[in-house]
Amino acid sequence: MNGTPGPSLLTRRQALATAAGGLVLVVARPARATPEAMQDVIRTFTGGAKVTEGRVKLDVTLLVENGNSVPLSVSVDSPMTAADHVVRIGVFNEKNPLPDVAIFNLTPRCGRATAATRIRLNDTQMITAIAQMKDGSFWSDTSEVIVTLPACVEG
Amino acid sequence: MARALINVPSKAKRGDVVEIKTLMSHPMETGFRTGSDGALVPRNIISRFACTYNGEVVFSAELFPAISANPFISFTTVATESGTLVFSWTDDKGQTQVQTAAITVE
Repeated sequence: MNGTPGPSLLTRRQALATAAGGLVLVVARPARATPEAMQDVIRTFTGGAKVTEGRVKLDVTLLVENGNSVPLSVSVDSPMTAADHVVRIGVFNEKNPLPDVAIFNLTPRCGRATAATRIRLNDTQMITAIAQMKDGSFWSDTSEVIVTLPACVEG
Repeated sequence: MARALINVPSKAKRGDVVEIKTLMSHPMETGFRTGSDGALVPRNIISRFACTYNGEVVFSAELFPAISANPFISFTTVATESGTLVFSWTDDKGQTQVQTAAITVE
């Protein structure tokens, strides 16, 4: 190595640059749940049972500025008696790295079928909430959320 | 885990549905984020939350990395009798934080 970069060094640099470029590409594209992955998780949640739209109300802001903390609440039309109540509520998303968000287990002692939390959203996407009733039926609601600053953007 | 903020009404009428709000301080590290050294930060989230009312489970939740840092969870319960509500949060490291709140039912 005496000043003039030989062809071998250039090749090495190029090789390094290519390797680094490849690495950046890999980092910039983290694993993502796809709508199909969400359907798979929903199928596992319901055991393949039919899901009817209705009875569930998913309340989430339509336009959020910061995807790191998105208030979400879900309520289900149910008398919450021992004979007829909501057993579980699952919340799922399409485009976060994982399709699951949360599963709430309810009992008649809850009094009202409602739960709220704050979630992370990686992109503009559809959110689905599915409630399982005591009688084994499943009900759902879906909402689209537009995210201006996604979660997981910075290292 | 640090302490949690819990909001339970101290008094309630028998049969009333009361709203309970909890906020636990926790980073909820997703496992998808890279640290300053470029390596992935290992996942550490609160994966289980449960609330018992005088020993009986009234509400529980399974949480995933999509829950924000410092997880906020709110739900309701029927004020049946005076007693204690016990809240527990369990994270990936197996640590469980337990906190209690008293309620007086008239």
